Amino acid sequence: MIDVKHAAPDLAAIQIEGMSRSAFMMRSALAVGAVYGTTMVSPFVRQALAQSGGGDIEILNFALTLEYLEADFYEKSMRLSLDSELLDIATEFGSNEAEHVEALAGTITDLGGTPVEKPTFMFPLKNQASFLKLAQTLEDTGVGAYNGAGPMIESKEILAAAGSIVQIEARHAAAIRLKNKAEPAPAAFDEALEMQAVLDAVKPFIKA
Amino acid sequence: MGRITPVHNAGVTFPGVPSARAAARQKEEAMTESGEPQAGPALDELARDPASRKRFLKMMGGGVAATSACGILLAACGGDDDGGTTGQAGGSTSTGSMSGDDTTTMEMEAAEGDLEILNYALTLEYLEADFYRKVADAGLFKGAQLSLLSTFGEHEQQHVETLTGTIESLGGTPATAPETTFPLDDAKAVAELAATVENLGAAAYLGQAGRIQSPEILAAALSIHTVEARHASALNALVGAPYTPEGAFAAPATMEDVLAKVKPFIAA
Repeated sequence: MIDVKHAAPDLAAIQIEGMSRSAFMMRSALAVGAVYGTTMVSPFVRQALAQSGGGDIEILNFALTLEYLEADFYEKSMRLSLDSELLDIATEFGSNEAEHVEALAGTITDLGGTPVEKPTFMFPLKNQASFLKLAQTLEDTGVGAYNGAGPMIESKEILAAAGSIVQIEARHAAAIRLKNKAEPAPAAFDEALEMQAVLDAVKPFIKA
Repeated sequence: MGRITPVHNAGVTFPGVPSARAAARQKEEAMTESGEPQAGPALDELARDPASRKRFLKMMGGGVAATSACGILLAACGGDDDGGTTGQAGGSTSTGSMSGDDTTTMEMEAAEGDLEILNYALTLEYLEADFYRKVADAGLFKGAQLSLLSTFGEHEQQHVETLTGTIESLGGTPATAPETTFPLDDAKAVAELAATVENLGAAAYLGQAGRIQSPEILAAALSIHTVEARHASALNALVGAPYTPEGAFAAPATMEDVLAKVKPFIAA
C-alpha cells in the first residue's frame, strides 16, 4: 500500500471541517493518483471505497464540496457593493450553485451515501474587482474539475447529470470572463483538471 | 429543484443502440470487485499498455465500415443494429480476461457507437465552422463582435480537425462536410442564429455524454461540450438572452432532434 503522507505531503495541509470518513479516504485515493496519474485513481477509488458505496459517490461528494464553495462564494459576495448587473449575476449564479448543492446531496443520499458536510470557507472578497477575479478562477476550476472527473463516473445517469451541471459552470465562466474583459472561451478545448489540481486550487479558500 | 433524477435519460437513450455499455460496465464492476485494479476500465488498460491499445484500435477498425456511410443522414442510422456482425475482431479483448464472441461483439458495437457519435459531432462542427466563415464573409459585424465570432469560428474549425483525426485514428471514415445555407441578411438575426446554433450544439454534446463508450473519447467530448457552452453563454449575452436559459441544469438534446433542427441549414 502507498504511504499517502509521503506521496503527497501537501494534502496533509487540507483540513476540511466535518469531513466524513469516506471523504478522507477519497483524499487518500487522490494522493495515490497524484503519484501515479489519474489513470490509477479510478480503480483505486472504486476498490478502496467499496464500503461506502463506490466511486460515483465519492466523485459526487467531490463535486458537492466544489458546489458548496461556489454557493458560499456568491452568498458572501452579496455583502459587497456590486453594480446592479453583477449583483444580478451573483444572485442568479449563486442560486444555480445552491441548486447543484441540493441536487448532489440528494443524489448521494439516494445512492445510500453520506453527503459531506459543508466546509467553512473564507474568500479574499474586498470589492467588485476581487469578486470578478475570484469568480473567474472558481468557475473555470469548476469546469475543469467536472471535465476531469467525468470519464471516471460509472453510472451513465450520474454522468448525464454531471454534464448538465458542468454546462452551467461553463456558461457562468464565460459570463464572468466577459465581465472581466477576458475571452469567454479561452481555447477550443477546455482543460480537464486532475482532482489533485482542483484541491490545490481551492485549498486557500477552505478555512482550517 | 430536487434530486438529479434519471430524467436526462431521455437524452441518452436511442433506438437501435445496443445495451453494450451496460454490459461493459457490469464487466468492469465485476473485475473491480475481483480485486484486480489493473483490469479496470479500458482507459487504464489502454493508457498503460501500448500493445493493448494497438489491439483495441485494430479491433475497432474491423467493424466500423458501415458506420461512416451514415454521414449526414445519421438519424437514419439509429436503427442500424446489425448485432455487430459486420466483421471479425482482429484480436482478443482489451483485457484478455473475458475472451469469447460475446465480449468481442459487445465491444465492436461499442466502438461503432462511438464512431457514429463522433461523425455526428463532426457534422455539427462542420456546420458551425461553415456558419462562422460565412458570417465573417457577409461583413455584417466589425470590431469586438467580429473578433468574438471569428474566434468561435476558429474553435469550431479546431473541433472539426480534431474529430476528423480521431475518427481516422479509430479506423473510421470521417463524414464529409455538408453544403450549408444560412440566412445572412441582418446582423441581429444572424447573432440570434449564432446563439441558437451554439445552444443547440451544447445540448447535442450533452445528449451524447452518457452514450460514449471510450473514456478517452468521452474526455474529448466533454472538453468540447463546455466550449460550446461558453460560446452559447457569450452569444446569449450578445442578443440579450439569459446565460443559463434552462436554469441550474442544462437540458440535453437527442440526435434526432438536433438533426431535425439543423436540417434547414443543409443545402439539398
